[in-house]
Amino acid sequence: MRLDVSTMVIIGATSAIAHGVARLYAERGITFFLVGRNEEHLRAMASDLVARGAKGANVYIADLRMRDVHADIVRQSLADLGTVDVVFIAHGTMPDQRELNTDVDATLDCFMTNAVSIVSISHRYATALEAQGSGSLVVLSSVAGERGRQSNYTYGSAKAAVTAYYSGLRARLAPKGVHVLTVKPGPVDTPMTSGLAMPLKATVGVVASDIARGIDKRVNVLYTPGVWRLVMAVVRALPESIFMKLKF
Amino acid sequence: MQSRESQSWGRYPHATPHNILDVAWPRDVDVANQSETLLAYGLGRSYGDVCLNDGGTILRMSHCDRVLGFDTQTGRIRAESGLSIADLLAIVIQHGWFVPVTPGTKYVTLGGAVANDIHGKNHHRVGTFGCHVVGFEVVRSDGSCKVCTQAENSDLFAATIGGLGLTGLITWVEIQLQRISSRLINEESLKVGSLKEVVAAIEESDAVWDYTVSWIDVTQTGAYMGRGLVLRGAFSSVPDLTLHLKPAKPLITIPMNAPQWLLSRPTIRVFNSLWYNRQQSRVKSRLIDLEPFFYPLDSIAQWNLLYGKRGMLQYQCVVPSSGGVEVMHEILKVMQRGKVSSFLAVVKKFGNIASPGLMSFPIPGLTLTLDMPNTGQRLFETLDRCDELVLQAGGRVYAAKDARVRGETFRAMYPQLPSFIPFIDPAFSSSFWRRIQSDH
Repeated sequence: MRLDVSTMVIIGATSAIAHGVARLYAERGITFFLVGRNEEHLRAMASDLVARGAKGANVYIADLRMRDVHADIVRQSLADLGTVDVVFIAHGTMPDQRELNTDVDATLDCFMTNAVSIVSISHRYATALEAQGSGSLVVLSSVAGERGRQSNYTYGSAKAAVTAYYSGLRARLAPKGVHVLTVKPGPVDTPMTSGLAMPLKATVGVVASDIARGIDKRVNVLYTPGVWRLVMAVVRALPESIFMKLKF
Repeated sequence: MQSRESQSWGRYPHATPHNILDVAWPRDVDVANQSETLLAYGLGRSYGDVCLNDGGTILRMSHCDRVLGFDTQTGRIRAESGLSIADLLAIVIQHGWFVPVTPGTKYVTLGGAVANDIHGKNHHRVGTFGCHVVGFEVVRSDGSCKVCTQAENSDLFAATIGGLGLTGLITWVEIQLQRISSRLINEESLKVGSLKEVVAAIEESDAVWDYTVSWIDVTQTGAYMGRGLVLRGAFSSVPDLTLHLKPAKPLITIPMNAPQWLLSRPTIRVFNSLWYNRQQSRVKSRLIDLEPFFYPLDSIAQWNLLYGKRGMLQYQCVVPSSGGVEVMHEILKVMQRGKVSSFLAVVKKFGNIASPGLMSFPIPGLTLTLDMPNTGQRLFETLDRCDELVLQAGGRVYAAKDARVRGETFRAMYPQLPSFIPFIDPAFSSSFWRRIQSDH
């Protein structure tokens, strides 16, 4: 069954996964509100989506680390779109943990981008969708949020915060008719992960179509590709005394 | 940044670039500050080493596939250079547009189509891909960013079309599409008994049909040499709703290297006979979808693995119209003496429309294409002899298919090379380019 979606807000719209999902919905002729930092990239993406069938694509340029713009993003998107059917929060960075180990400012910056700004934006959209009484709030978390690996624990713990926040948000919004989806991709072959040796790298196409299906079928927690649900069950079950010795 | 092997479609030669960069946005590439030479890489469908850069840096462009503008009324489309023809068709066909020129696979990028100035079954009608390019942008290592059209930077425009990616990084390409009112093709297949008859049938077909190509059996000797099937087609002019169908995905995928005996001389001979005798009548007509007509091999993903781990070579040459058939005959005889068997040999006649590209391959005349398992030294010597025949006749080989032509031979085939060289960006190079500059 296909959910009736006619408008979508994407925060961090120029990321490869966000663009992949947006293209699938563009074919359905929906209207987008795209938020990102780089104007040239956002405009390229907007024209791409229109060429692929989108009814329209407005762009909003913002540095999402600046908390004072979040309220305006929500206000502007509601003004442009009227009803918001899907909010997809997909922005993020993945800094090198080795550099963060010696830099507390960069560590907090990573938290600011990957956790605090997501909570700030999600909180505002949660209120808006609750008032609207409909819609899907979708966040790009990660399997990395399930356990703090020594090679990636700052990013992972930011994602853990997002996952836990969304779990509560889901329970709060479900009775109000608002769907909340936590997406946990494994490693995806995007320019962000280029050159990093990672197990089971999935293509953007596979992950994007999984996410679209998750939105359409109102899934709560989506592992993509699905094999990660099993892998992470094992990883979560490892005793800490063993897990702490793993180098990955 | 890491070391990985990169491959062309022929899977020969092997190359290990020092770096492979996945480019997210074309302008992100710092073209001016690289310690190694650069080469853009699209989908790796060229056969030899024009898309390889052993020891250098490969810029993987396939993520740069955004459409920057598409006017559904005029059929003008501008897109980043990593957009594939497959993805382009998924967007434009439903609006009644088709690519003006397409190769035998839809898995090529716009950047690759420009850099190799590709041609298709309609060359006799519309020329090469470069003839339909409105413009493109090239980022150069001197920090400049040049928009090239017939009018603006026209010399760099000409050098970049067929310029093998050596003139800088192509960031976007704008082309003029062709109107269609149906996805369907009226196709006719003629069964003919010899190379001479094949050529005669092509010439007769070219006068009437938009798309012509022929397949010949090169395993036959004597009177049957070059017997084959001449295929001709044209888009149906009956408007219909099939335009809204989705493009096809591969039906099967070859999972791994096949053993060498699978495509060896005896099996290739049997295959060729079966193919030829599949058609009983002299003429067969049908109405088929554009996908099986233009892209028959795309239904088998990774078909190049059928040639096993040794890989394959493709040989494509063109000889000028005067005396074309005789030279083709000579080439086929040399191939047979060298015990070379080709799985599918394709013959086509290039028309008179000149490409704007300085280094463009097609010239008016007959072109022959052969796929061969890479059987080593003897094959290379045989192809060297074919090169001599081609060169003597005033012809040339196609760089996009080549893995072995001698440098001096290639330079003699393309006498315009000295006027191309000044346009090469010093930060760019390829395994092919270094190979043909040397004499060994």
